[in-house]
Amino acid sequence: MKIVVLMKRVPDLVEDLEVDGSGKALATEHLKLTVNEFDDHALEEGLLLKETSGGELTVVALDAADVDKMLFTALAKGADRVLKITGAANVEGNTGLAAVFEEVLSAQEHDLILTGVQAADDRDGQLGPIVAALLDVPCVEVVTQVEVGEPGEGMVTVHKEYSGGVVAELEISLPAVLGIQAARQSPRYAPVSKVRQIQQSATIETLAGAGESSGAAAGGGSGFSVVEMTAPETGAGAQMLAGVDELMAVLEAKGVV
Amino acid sequence: MPERSTYKTTTARRAPRDEGFVQDEQVILEGVDISGQWNKMYEPREIVDYDLTHLEELTAIPGAESMGWCYQCAQCIPACPVDTAGGDYGPRKIFRRLQTGMDLFDHQDMWLCTSCQNCVRVCPKEVDMVEIMPAARAQAVLDGRNVPGELLEMFQNVAEYGNPMGESARRRTRWTRKAGVDIRLLPKNPGPVDVLWFVGDYYAFHNRGVDAAQAMARVFSRLGVDFGILGVDERTDGDSQRLAGEPGLFEEVAEHNLEQFGKYEFGKIVVSGPHAYNAIKNEYPRVSHGKTGGDTYPVEHYTQFLAQQVDALAPLLSGSFARKVTFHDPCYLGRHNGEYDAPRRLLEAVPGIEFVEMYRCKAQGYCCGGGGGGMWLDGFAAEHQMERLSENRVKEAVEVGAEVLAVCCPYEVSRFEDAVKSTDNDGKLEVLDIIEILDACMEPIGEGVA
Ligand code: SF4
Ligand code: SF4
Repeated sequence: MKIVVLMKRVPDLVEDLEVDGSGKALATEHLKLTVNEFDDHALEEGLLLKETSGGELTVVALDAADVDKMLFTALAKGADRVLKITGAANVEGNTGLAAVFEEVLSAQEHDLILTGVQAADDRDGQLGPIVAALLDVPCVEVVTQVEVGEPGEGMVTVHKEYSGGVVAELEISLPAVLGIQAARQSPRYAPVSKVRQIQQSATIETLAGAGESSGAAAGGGSGFSVVEMTAPETGAGAQMLAGVDELMAVLEAKGVV
Repeated sequence: MPERSTYKTTTARRAPRDEGFVQDEQVILEGVDISGQWNKMYEPREIVDYDLTHLEELTAIPGAESMGWCYQCAQCIPACPVDTAGGDYGPRKIFRRLQTGMDLFDHQDMWLCTSCQNCVRVCPKEVDMVEIMPAARAQAVLDGRNVPGELLEMFQNVAEYGNPMGESARRRTRWTRKAGVDIRLLPKNPGPVDVLWFVGDYYAFHNRGVDAAQAMARVFSRLGVDFGILGVDERTDGDSQRLAGEPGLFEEVAEHNLEQFGKYEFGKIVVSGPHAYNAIKNEYPRVSHGKTGGDTYPVEHYTQFLAQQVDALAPLLSGSFARKVTFHDPCYLGRHNGEYDAPRRLLEAVPGIEFVEMYRCKAQGYCCGGGGGGMWLDGFAAEHQMERLSENRVKEAVEVGAEVLAVCCPYEVSRFEDAVKSTDNDGKLEVLDIIEILDACMEPIGEGVA
């Protein structure tokens, strides 16, 4: 089975994020990027699948700060190939990004495409569905487990989470796109000595992405534009009460008791 | 180096009396009556060959060979702080378990050693746990075999942010704002300095460590020390990561720090922590960072640096600290690097102080439990020990009547403060870094000084 994991780097929320002068985007001066944690889970689920059912796992990522380290880390964890797409840094939103991925995927053998169900900069989780739509293959989101073999050739069984703790078991025919919510186990640790060793010997395959034209190919850009970006307003804050008497006074003042 | 003992073990089993064990036989030899149980030396012996696969797997790891040298004399067991804390631990026990089939890679024993070195001090066979455990752990981490999640999270944080807490590197200098004195950030203001102060993670990020860092900056200022810090370019020293089984990560942060040291002109490095001291002094010279050999820098722990200037320091200590104080020797300043006097000389210089030693001090000092990755394994250790090592130590400090437990390792303030609470000694024992005591005895300076 050919497994492809789509990964991206997102702003690291450990840093204090600042809005730039335009008021429409994050200031990039001190912006630190980190791996999208959901993509990390997608990679883990892919590695577990590969370990149990065999196959080849390829990671595809857009060029970004420290992307090489992320890709070497993926190799150290057990990925077979890593592809870096250059020249597509300015793609617009998920539509543009999905178009770039679609272009790459069309030229790669793929049975199962895994990606994070969402990202710190994409809470809508639209990347997986748009890629699936462009490839005209089925898609399941919020997946927590993938199994091959059960339903037979060309099928996988997936667990999809719904709110309220309901889990559906779905059979899906391949090729397909899955948006991974969480892998069966937390993403494995890649020992630094292994990553450094691989850095010396392995190569990252580079592909030139079509860049902005891809967005156009997918139907003329993402279809939305950012009007304003601001930090959330901080509320008035909590009032600390010293004891039951104060609590009663507040409740009485509010007319609750 | 002692010769390697063979693993084939022979166990003598006393045969039951009714199986021909000869008692009270009358024997006269050359006119001398040697009757008695003389022949028990010749009772039947049973040879037992253990399956030594797991022991041999361990001793085949470079660095872990000496595990096989143990001859079971048991001197190490009362020396082992983990055993004292109810961990059923120590090299003798580990060797015996390995011999009888334990797979260390599948057992908690892999992670409980704090690399305190107290067993090495007493072992006649030079079984060196400080070499064995990091080598074995490195193999476990490399193979992904049962590594505690807390450690992996810490490694991940260091790999991503350069500090075990996962704090933003940009916040490394936040503590300087309220120090009350100017602190030179070398990346912004490079020029030569006498002292490059390697601040360390806990001083930079931990709320109680910050108190000590600010105290240090003030003491340096009052002494007129010409110093600078690496600020946002400093990374963790890497010693704990190395001991916990991530040598690659250690090399990565060491290379980074060495690169920073190489950018500036300074007389010596002064460090806040014993682990930074150990790393820069003993381990960094082995890290080549792209060159043929590593770099050796003159490095001093802050207590050593200040103890040399105690004549200049003493007149500045105008206040009095009339309290009963004891001192905890950090394993990596004391046992590992032989420095027992410098911290005591500083404490003796404090006016009004009543100093009292704990029973286990200096070379025999008890471990706080934070070394060798223990700092991140309190939860794990709690499952396998009766108490935390820090709790055992705090009880001793209370027992000798101390009101203040003085420390000089950035790991320890938080460890011991937690232990004071969990042993119900809140209000009885205060934990202070020596630098905080010195600072408290000096005239306040500037804004923000408590
Ligand atoms: S002191 Fe050394 S030789 Fe003796 S039991 Fe301990 S490890 Fe073995
Ligand atoms: S180094 Fe310390 S903790 Fe480890 S086995 Fe020896 S005495 Fe025990």
